[in-house]
Amino acid sequence: MSSIKIQLKQSQIDKIAEICKQFNNDEGELINVLHKTQHTFGYLPAEVQEVIARELKIPVAKVYGVVTFYSFFSMLPKGKNPISICMGTACYVRGAEKVLDELKKELNIKVGETTPDGKFSLSCLRCVGACGLAPVLMIGEKTYGRVSPEGIKDILKEYENQ
Amino acid sequence: MIKITIDHKPIEVEKGTTVLKAAQQAGIHIPTLCYMHLEDLNIEHKPGGCRICVVEVKGRKNLAPACATECLDGMEINTHTIRVLNARKTVMELILSDHPTDCLVCAKSGNCDLQSMAHQLGIRKIHFEGEQSTYREDTSPSIIRDMDKCIMCRRCETMCNNFQTVGALSAVNRGFMAVVAPAFEQNLDHSVCTYCGQCVAVCPTGALTEVDHTNSVIRALADPTKTVIVQTAPAVRAALGEEFGLEAGTLVTGKLVSALRQLGFDYVFDTDWAADLTIMEEGTELLDRLARHLNGDKTVALPILTSCCPAWVKFFEHQFPDMIDIPSSARSPQQMFGAIAKTYFADKIKVDRKNLVVVSIMPCLAKKYECSREELGHDGNPDVDFSISTRELANLIKQSNIDFTALPDQDFDNPLGESTGAAVIFGTTGGVIEAAVRTAYELHTKKKLPKIDFHELRGLDGIRQATIDFDGLPINIGIAHGLGNARKLLEDIKAGKSKFHAIEIMACPGGCIGGGGQPLHHGNSKVIKARHEAIYKEDALKPIRKSHENPYITKIYEEFLGKPMSEKSHHLLHTIYFDRSKKNVIISDEHQAD
Repeated sequence: MSSIKIQLKQSQIDKIAEICKQFNNDEGELINVLHKTQHTFGYLPAEVQEVIARELKIPVAKVYGVVTFYSFFSMLPKGKNPISICMGTACYVRGAEKVLDELKKELNIKVGETTPDGKFSLSCLRCVGACGLAPVLMIGEKTYGRVSPEGIKDILKEYENQ
Repeated sequence: MIKITIDHKPIEVEKGTTVLKAAQQAGIHIPTLCYMHLEDLNIEHKPGGCRICVVEVKGRKNLAPACATECLDGMEINTHTIRVLNARKTVMELILSDHPTDCLVCAKSGNCDLQSMAHQLGIRKIHFEGEQSTYREDTSPSIIRDMDKCIMCRRCETMCNNFQTVGALSAVNRGFMAVVAPAFEQNLDHSVCTYCGQCVAVCPTGALTEVDHTNSVIRALADPTKTVIVQTAPAVRAALGEEFGLEAGTLVTGKLVSALRQLGFDYVFDTDWAADLTIMEEGTELLDRLARHLNGDKTVALPILTSCCPAWVKFFEHQFPDMIDIPSSARSPQQMFGAIAKTYFADKIKVDRKNLVVVSIMPCLAKKYECSREELGHDGNPDVDFSISTRELANLIKQSNIDFTALPDQDFDNPLGESTGAAVIFGTTGGVIEAAVRTAYELHTKKKLPKIDFHELRGLDGIRQATIDFDGLPINIGIAHGLGNARKLLEDIKAGKSKFHAIEIMACPGGCIGGGGQPLHHGNSKVIKARHEAIYKEDALKPIRKSHENPYITKIYEEFLGKPMSEKSHHLLHTIYFDRSKKNVIISDEHQAD
């Protein structure tokens, strides 16, 4: 998984420790701790995972294993408008891959990356439970159904001034 | 008890028995790949991941993995129906479809569980073609990770996390890219890995292998400007025979010496000699610390911990950095040997240390790493130049066309080859501390030991303890093998709950006899037990069985070192430890994964 190098401030380390404490520093709560930490920081860089490992007293390799297993977790900061495209079976057979290719071309980034201006990031997910609208993509909280490669430019245009 | 039938054989098994174990009781051997059970060490690994062990259970829709399915009363199990055989072959072909087919040049060829299983299942063609997952190769001082060959059995993960509690390896990523790796997929070198090599010892394929120094040794032996000497660890003589078809537990000490001489080593010495030296230093240090402690000196830390095992040393440097003053400062026997060889012995034979090549034969992979530690050398010239494993030595002997089993027995050279029974037992768990007790008792009480064998210190339980009466002074001794067991004793010390005066710790199961460089046990822990017994047999056969009675040890103190813990001893035979916990796993660009 791609990552970037950062230096954590003491206040950030304290914040992570506080989150771990909310879950009683229980290693069984690792996924919840990661969720909450990602919600707070936006992503889970290596340095953050090290603090979590230390607090929960588990190997950092284990934390990294979980972070890389679940596609929801990211080691890169997401863009201001995170784009998630559904690659579930229904969306896939209705052309999600072509939509994804178009997005990659338009934004000039790969899956898991963020545009240099920080505006968009691109990720895939499995089924958002809206198979009737396949193929589906989400930008932030907003859902777009029956998207086609041709419609991508227009969708992105909505975010031009954001 | 519950009643089941396996392949039409009715049998009774205890409740909770798996189908795999039940079949074994009925004399039916269901093939397995990811499964591993080291019975004598209490390690069972059954992730049910590979699906090679599937069987048909009457009334069930899907095939069941035998290793992870519990027997139920009345179960009818078939282990070789057409459906089962086809499924097994398909599973195997799918595994092989994402595995390199360079068996001919693979380090594990001939010793590979995957290869044997493919052979056993009669795979002649792989019907699935497609992309193969590829990873960056990772080389460390001891271990090579070639994850293209990983089949995700996750045995290494069990050893590293559950048994050793090192936590260097974890399954990462998912699906096609899933692999076992250190945190952030960095090199092992940048992780908390101790190089104990237990991952290598259980890896069924060539994904985890040792760094091979055989060629460096061959080159040194062929170089006329070099004097090449060899030392061999106690555990090697109890296992090397296995590589030549001898039964596990066969002692091959004399043949080993003959083979090394035939290979062209100028002097064939014994690490056991240095083990006797270690006892002199470590035993004296124990008595010194004990005396000061009993006199109320608060600055003296007890218990004293042994420091012979380089994986254990690296473990506490990473995991217990606030306790690095507790272990004995004595170097390991391998490094004591190197230091003496390149000073005392080099002077004796008038060879410059740069032209003296010290080779060690070790049951261990961490010993390779130990050789690379800067403080264990002089001006960039290491005290031990190359450490090769028992397996590498076997290859070297085979390559040199030596008929090992037909070799006559020969004796080690002197002055660094004479050893006692106390040194031999260094090779198994409990041995170092028994050897130390034999010497410390006599030095402390100035009396002869009433008995030499301390059965209370022997055995294969992970943690053991005993109190030895030092003529009125009770000495509490703890023993742990396996770093997970060591961790428990260390946590007790940290919490101030430890009542021990001295603790012996070995990283590997069974001690060095179960080391990461030994002939592969292929999941059969009886092998380790047999080596354990062989070590005590060798001890019992030795004419001298206490380190301080070794005449060549007495001699080196007279001629060279003065006395144990002397300034010269400190300089040559003792070492320092480092806090490695701060060396955090920080991603650098070159190690970034894609």
